[in-house]
Amino acid sequence: MGKLAGKKVLLLGERDGVAAPAMEESLKNCGADFVFSVTECFV
Amino acid sequence: MAHVAIRGYSYCLNHTPELGLHYGNTPYTELTSHGETEFLKGLAGNLQSYGEACCYPPNQVFIGGMELDDLAVHPSPMYRNRLKEGPRFGKFGEIMPENEFLGLMDICDVFDLIWLEEGFASDVSAALAKHHLFSDRIMARLEKGHPLPEIDEEISRHGALPLYFHGKIAGCCRKGHDIDESLSAHVLLENLASKAGSVLALLHLLESTGLSPSDIDYVIECSEEAAGDMNQRGGGNFAKAIAEIAGCVNASGFDVRSFCAGPVNAMIAGATQVASGARPNVVVLAGGAVPKLFMNSRDHIKKEMPPLEDCLGNFAVLLDPDDGSCPVMRVDALGKHSVGAGSSPQAITSALVLEPLQKIGLSFADVDKFAAELQIPEITVPAGAGDVPTSNYKMIAALAVMKGQLKKEEMPAFVEQKGIPGFAHTQGHIPSGVPFIGHACEAIREGRYGRVMIIGKGSLFLARLTNLSDGASFLIEPGAGPGLRGEITKDDVREAILEVLMDLSKGLTG
Repeated sequence: MGKLAGKKVLLLGERDGVAAPAMEESLKNCGADFVFSVTECFV
Repeated sequence: MAHVAIRGYSYCLNHTPELGLHYGNTPYTELTSHGETEFLKGLAGNLQSYGEACCYPPNQVFIGGMELDDLAVHPSPMYRNRLKEGPRFGKFGEIMPENEFLGLMDICDVFDLIWLEEGFASDVSAALAKHHLFSDRIMARLEKGHPLPEIDEEISRHGALPLYFHGKIAGCCRKGHDIDESLSAHVLLENLASKAGSVLALLHLLESTGLSPSDIDYVIECSEEAAGDMNQRGGGNFAKAIAEIAGCVNASGFDVRSFCAGPVNAMIAGATQVASGARPNVVVLAGGAVPKLFMNSRDHIKKEMPPLEDCLGNFAVLLDPDDGSCPVMRVDALGKHSVGAGSSPQAITSALVLEPLQKIGLSFADVDKFAAELQIPEITVPAGAGDVPTSNYKMIAALAVMKGQLKKEEMPAFVEQKGIPGFAHTQGHIPSGVPFIGHACEAIREGRYGRVMIIGKGSLFLARLTNLSDGASFLIEPGAGPGLRGEITKDDVREAILEVLMDLSKGLTG
């Protein structure tokens, strides 16, 4: 559990950066509530 | 395992700022949501002229009018350091002006959807008649045009969309059905623009390869549009529709879709058909995406730079059996981003770059150039998306370090040596690896490169069916011809047996 524990989190991923599912996977044990998670593409 | 020759390639741009201003998704949704805003006024007031687009260095690189090495050292920002001369034609294709492109859309229309104003049609007919690729058969498809009042009525009373040239109504795109949204004027305009771009690329490919349209056996189309009606929104088939206009009477075809990874997947689909002997040749092609015109223009206008996303991109590649005279696509080392591969950048890079190389016993060092996403950086950086090509090369370099094939301090040199500068418009599928095929094949023919990798990646998650993305890759190498690449032929076996028998005979006779 880290400083995101109990917080509501928005995850905005980027296609050629880090995708939202990868962030979700790496943060899954931090105790945050992921209320919105999306990967966008602007290219 | 067979290798497949890349016999020819063509690349074209269609300079269509007014299609972009009215039907690019960013300005279109701005207008429909907020009306005539300051952003839209700024966009309309800062469109690049055709001459400016032709003198923009990345555009010349795309059509083969400028070398990649020259682009790499060209001063930036390139929109303030344009070339003194920007020819319409390069060795791969051309930059077609908007009036002629609207004429080409009419040529590609078989359902009387595009109506051109009669004076405009007459001017365009005169312009296209001078084009060396437009035969009498093709020119006969261009309509004489309609009086402006008829076009106004189609727009005001029957749901047609106006087409503009130099700020005036030059025609309209009519709807294909009263209630079917898949046949709305907007959808059909996008589809006809994509079809027209593909036809232009195909005509250039036929010219550069010296083939007759009737020589083409199969066409695989890989744009990002969906052709269909309300019962099958993505029914297809662009490929046959394009082949028909170009006069490829012996060809059939189908469409491949995978967002921006479509072209690389289509190349693989085409190459494997040729490698298996199923098709004597396959053309892989795509036209451009009207919705993506001016996609990032909000940031460009905000930062007082020209809105650069004013060109549709088109390409066509001809694949046929390896005879040793052309660079080849290897079909024994294809990169695949599988469902279970993971979505992290390193997982994707591993699947698309490392694994295919490992499969044939190669390392990162064995590839001279990697071509992943090739968007023009000065389009994407102001919009916050960064330098996409460089990001991809850094990820490949980082993976090479993780695998112990590169020292960390060597990463910057790796990125510089094995990367190429972005030179393609943000057209989605168009910048995804495939623009490099032409330049790469030229360099392989000249002996400057020994092996390159083409990588395509697609954002499947945008369709809201899955969170997955897609990717595919392949290698291009010099051609060696059948039997010269380690494959064992009947002649090889016969020769080996003869050698053994001769040795045996010598041994027996002492």
